[in-house]
Amino acid sequence: MDKTIRFELNGKEVAIETSAERMLLWVLRTDLDHTGTKYGCGEGYCGACTVLVDGKPTFSCQFPLAKAEGRSVLTIEGLARGGRLHPLQQAFADEGALQCGYCTPGMILQAYALLLRKPDPTEAEIADALETNLCRCGAYNRIVKAVRAASQKMTMKVTGHEAR
Amino acid sequence: MKRDKTLRPGDDEYATGSDARTSLERREFLKLAGGGLVVFFAVGEGLDAQMGGARGADGGYPDDPNAYLNVGPDGRVTCFTGKIEMGQGIVTSLAMMLAEELDVPLDAVDMVMGDTDLCPYDAGTFGSRSTKYFGPPLRQAAAEARGVLLKLASARLGVAEDALLTKNGTVHDSKDPAKKATYAELVGGKKIEVRLENKPPIKHHTKHSVSGRPTPRTDARAKVTGEARFSGDIRLPGMLYAAILRPPAHGATLKNVDTSGAEKFPGARVVRDGDLVAVLHEKPDLAAEALALVEAEYEPSPSKLDDANIFDHIKTVEARSEVVVESGSLDEGAMLTSKTVERSYFAHYVAHAPSEPHTALVQIEDGKVNVWASTQSPFRAKQEVARTLGLREADVSVRTPFVGCGLGGKNQGGQIVEAARLAKLAGTPVHVAWTRQEEFFYDSFRPAAVYDIRSGFDAAGKIVLWDYKLYQAGSRSSQPVYDIPHKRVLSFGGGWGGGEGAARTHPFATGAWRGPGSNTNIFATESHIDVLAEAAGMDPLSFRLHNLADARMKRVVEAAAKQFGRAFSRAPSGRGYGIAITDYLGTYVATMAEVAVDKAKGAVRVLRVVCAQDTGEVINPEGARMQIEGCVTMGLGYALTEGIRFKNGRVLDENPDLAPQGCGEPAVTTMGAVLANAIYDAIGVRLFMLPMTPARIKDALKA
Repeated sequence: MDKTIRFELNGKEVAIETSAERMLLWVLRTDLDHTGTKYGCGEGYCGACTVLVDGKPTFSCQFPLAKAEGRSVLTIEGLARGGRLHPLQQAFADEGALQCGYCTPGMILQAYALLLRKPDPTEAEIADALETNLCRCGAYNRIVKAVRAASQKMTMKVTGHEAR
Repeated sequence: MKRDKTLRPGDDEYATGSDARTSLERREFLKLAGGGLVVFFAVGEGLDAQMGGARGADGGYPDDPNAYLNVGPDGRVTCFTGKIEMGQGIVTSLAMMLAEELDVPLDAVDMVMGDTDLCPYDAGTFGSRSTKYFGPPLRQAAAEARGVLLKLASARLGVAEDALLTKNGTVHDSKDPAKKATYAELVGGKKIEVRLENKPPIKHHTKHSVSGRPTPRTDARAKVTGEARFSGDIRLPGMLYAAILRPPAHGATLKNVDTSGAEKFPGARVVRDGDLVAVLHEKPDLAAEALALVEAEYEPSPSKLDDANIFDHIKTVEARSEVVVESGSLDEGAMLTSKTVERSYFAHYVAHAPSEPHTALVQIEDGKVNVWASTQSPFRAKQEVARTLGLREADVSVRTPFVGCGLGGKNQGGQIVEAARLAKLAGTPVHVAWTRQEEFFYDSFRPAAVYDIRSGFDAAGKIVLWDYKLYQAGSRSSQPVYDIPHKRVLSFGGGWGGGEGAARTHPFATGAWRGPGSNTNIFATESHIDVLAEAAGMDPLSFRLHNLADARMKRVVEAAAKQFGRAFSRAPSGRGYGIAITDYLGTYVATMAEVAVDKAKGAVRVLRVVCAQDTGEVINPEGARMQIEGCVTMGLGYALTEGIRFKNGRVLDENPDLAPQGCGEPAVTTMGAVLANAIYDAIGVRLFMLPMTPARIKDALKA
């Protein structure tokens, strides 16, 4: 049974008419052509599909569209502003915290959610927060370094780019 | 999805093979692809489609520089390679090799990878071969192109060739820098028609300014913004997503199927071709929902194998063997030993579990087939699709967007063949992406393996006997790196693919798994070296050095030991130090680890890993480090269980006088043994089977 669901996607209102029981992941990827959010397992084990819903990290493969109604969804496409990378994105690129890049969008958003909660996390806290996100290429050490580097830049406001 | 004008043979623009026709489109595509890797979206759009699939006279890489590169009218240089980018970083390092040899800035190079219409033929991206084997012809092509540019510039500027210099995509007079011509002015957009009689030499590595410098990945921006396109991100008008009916077990056969429920599902189409039953839908999740309504009955699988009886099966299923290496005489060796030790080692099946599941999109239009696929072997996929559809290979074009890990598993393209069959049945483009469950079922696995070793050393602690039998898992890296006078290595059955008898050997598909054959061979052999060292009363490091004759390997081992900074003593020392070394297809690796074992839980904590690797000339040291770190991390997974952290992995040794060797796999092959040895050093209990899970460690402690 199709319904019209309205929510905010990367700061823009969207209205989509489809079955409200469908998972947000597929609606984002197929209906809204936001392909940065990846399918990895469909069961909430790997974190490739991580997006933020009202600032909370959420496995979009486990999140029915109905629950998005009236809420604010952030995907990787919404993180850079005006062509300028977010410090986390920049740090992932600078530190070489990615190889195949498939887990990267989910990983960055999980890290972004951490920095919203805790702007200056320790390496252990970063590792802990990213426990839900798998990287088969094994870039973990560099990912932790990148998040740490980004948090330091952001807390020092060197870039003037605040956590959003 | 924007689809640009298609150029085909016969078109005027195509025939001239020149002008600005592609640059605008290419920029458009670059924007779509987000940089790094250019994916072309329709047949013949690219630069010089005639070069697609080009081969040399010997069937290897072609001789013509045009097959590898094209200087555009805007001065940008496109590099064509049949290799694909799956995380290993050649999107950057091959571009560096080209930029270096041609004297253009790295950021002026665009990569076109794994496009069978545009790129020279390539058997596939595996075996850590890209830099080692594709690098040299690419360099040669670039050197020749540069030579031609010098010749053209000489004529144009009226300056002798030897008075000309090349820099930043420009040829200029060394005495009068104002006298110059850009590469774009000289050949922009055209084929290089001039060929040189004598091939110019490639630059010596001491002259390098791009190659050899740590360089960030050129695809990073696309990947951190979500703009990077993987196969599952390609959209075509009218495409449908497939959900495919799967048997409950390998070997189970379909008896009855009732698709009436799925047929009533709004928007769903059911298609069937023999055992291939699929539901197609505009939305992938709704295709899966409709598939759940299909009722099917299967004849159970006849297989009686399980993970308890598999090793007996593997040892007995194949009596024939081949000699991998043999020298001296085992009988003579046995007489020389002061002590002989026999042990068996075992490894279970392991999944590749690539981050991106196997994915393919197939479009059939007017008898021409377009394929976008996550594959390590686009040219093999082209052949398979042509065979499946009964078409000529020339009618099939395969394009490879970014691949989300391959690890060996994407050499086989089952999903591509499925998508091709379904696209033909449906008469519209069909997309197949395996679910994670399908991935763990249909992807090939690293084969389970058994290794028997009988070996001994003499009174001086020299290994004099090495009798090694390996069963069903491939002989790569099975030759001892040590100096052993009397040795024989026998390989039973096939390689990692299972050989001809695969169907009766393994209960499911097996295949190459990062460092295939090697990672389990090294687990066995390097574990056994530690067993010998202890029996000889020596520490594992001294025992190895004592038995090595290869000076290069000794240097690598010593480099690792120096960085490890801890003295080994005879195991078990209680400190948890381990070592393992290998020669992986010419790349030398020495890995050392320090672990702590919680005996009550059986849990291993890896505190530190040091890896020294001599991989010859390193093109991108940053990329090489990333590969080695990834190997170490992934290796922890197969050695222990997924998800365990490590402390550090480093490149300690670079050897630029040796031509570049492979880097994507070597270090991963040492991880099973280095941890087995470290665990033994920590708790005095040896694990003879991979993976070394907490349960196995606890069992071993009890025994």
